[in-house]
Amino acid sequence: MNTRLSRQRWTPYLFIAPFFVVFATFMVYPLATSVWLSLHQSRGFQYQVFVGGENFARLFRDPVFWKSVRNTFTFAAGTFLVQLPLALVLALIVNSKRVRGRNFFRLAFFSPVLVAGVFIAIIFGLAYDTRTGLVNDTLSKLAFTRVLIPWLEDEQWAMPAVILAGVWQWSGFNMIYFLAGLQGIRQELYEASSVDGANAWQAFWHITLPSLRPVITFVFVLSMIGSLQLFDLPWVLTNGTGGPNDSAMTMVMYLYKNGFQFVNLGYAATIGWVLFAIIMVISIIQLRFFRFGQEN
Amino acid sequence: MRDTVIRQRLPSVALHAALVVMAVATLLPMIWLIASSFKGSSAIFAFPPSFLPRDATVSNYARLFSEVPFGRYFINSVFLSTGATLVSLFFSTLAGYGFAKYDFAGKRFLFTILLASMMIPFQVLIVPLFKLLKDIGWLDSYWGIVVPFMVGGFGIFLMRQFMVGVPNDLIDAARIDGCGEFGIYWRVVLPVVKPAIGALTIFVFLGQWNNYLWPLIVLRDEAKYTLPLGLANLVGVYRQEYGLLMAGTLIALLPIVTLFMAMQREFVSGITLGAVKE
Repeated sequence: MNTRLSRQRWTPYLFIAPFFVVFATFMVYPLATSVWLSLHQSRGFQYQVFVGGENFARLFRDPVFWKSVRNTFTFAAGTFLVQLPLALVLALIVNSKRVRGRNFFRLAFFSPVLVAGVFIAIIFGLAYDTRTGLVNDTLSKLAFTRVLIPWLEDEQWAMPAVILAGVWQWSGFNMIYFLAGLQGIRQELYEASSVDGANAWQAFWHITLPSLRPVITFVFVLSMIGSLQLFDLPWVLTNGTGGPNDSAMTMVMYLYKNGFQFVNLGYAATIGWVLFAIIMVISIIQLRFFRFGQEN
Repeated sequence: MRDTVIRQRLPSVALHAALVVMAVATLLPMIWLIASSFKGSSAIFAFPPSFLPRDATVSNYARLFSEVPFGRYFINSVFLSTGATLVSLFFSTLAGYGFAKYDFAGKRFLFTILLASMMIPFQVLIVPLFKLLKDIGWLDSYWGIVVPFMVGGFGIFLMRQFMVGVPNDLIDAARIDGCGEFGIYWRVVLPVVKPAIGALTIFVFLGQWNNYLWPLIVLRDEAKYTLPLGLANLVGVYRQEYGLLMAGTLIALLPIVTLFMAMQREFVSGITLGAVKE
């Protein structure tokens, strides 16, 4: 009995040990290296000189970095102004009892979720082709005239192209969350409001939206974080170039370029920290804005 | 009389029309994907382009296996995704059980560390982790892709939440019957939390199947490429003759579509787990 007890005493440590080994080796140690790297200038793997805050100073003067920040936030704006409202509208519609074939439409809108990042980029990269692509072809048929938008070959159109593909990729995904939120709203609330003489718009404004606040908070914060970390889609869409004149370069793409194409690990690590700081600040602002933790 | 009928029906008709338009817009790229994969090069170069293939051909599929090492990419993806999923499931459930059903010194502190580890963002780790893999010689190897991410705070936390609910009587009864501690975990606890494991399986498998950035950094040798890497690499070469790319993308999607049809419920919960993490 005694040996059994002592064996039980060690068992839990044994069970959780793999995580802590991985955590120490592949998270804590690299984090320390990352701080060290960001304070050094490097060219290749051998040459490393301590430069203090020079990487950060250089980053704030780097016009391509600022361009990548602007592009990343442009994508985030597309997410908040187009994709999330669309996701909410889709959820409201497919949740409505008046709609026929709800299951079919749910499945249709959900289906892009099965096609992940890179594959979407491959499909859309071909669909955006000016002459042979699906997008211009469809627009031409709708407009009864040949539409030849240079989606990925023009500075003006590169980010809209990325945003449109992003809307296609994520709307159905976020619809699922909004749908789950809508299904959690008690039906009595609507009945009571209609007895009080409220119309559909008032019911949406005073019942649906407030009830969805936790879900909206959740979806907004995660969409923001996801947008700021954008890589696969624009990278494959522009074939690793960042688009004409860096017009579709995102922050993570610029990190990758500096780290693994220019092999300036110190500068790339610096971009990583700045990106991390931006994500933290914006997430905190969003949680404050939605008064997270105060909902009842 | 007729007027009121129209007034009542019109919003509903308009709503359904809008729905159909949006559904078509959603499904069109996928139908185009399927149609294009059967187009020969003459149909692809036709201008204005035709939506459906005029002379359907399977030559794209044949060339996929003869011209490019697509079979190799596919096998690599299956091997890597399956391996990573099994390893991750094992360590996550084991540690989840450790935290759920044992009392031990330092448990609260260790669990806090585990939760805090979920806050560390991937992009800060990209560069130093690459350097570490280079130093220990794990670049261009599957070890470098799997091991750093084989057990994470998120999976453990999730499994712990489900295992807390497993009745203690069940575990004590097994212990009295002479079952070892690992045996209790393997034969008593795991079967009870099967649904949660299903969701985590989908989540981990999908993450690895679609993983692009990290393998792009770690792998050099094209013989080790996975489907996302291999196909994205072909984009530059086959931009014009894209029927082959379409065929490849379609085959790459099939395992995911199959998984979805086989386990819809676990699939949706597994997918939504993904957002909780990122």
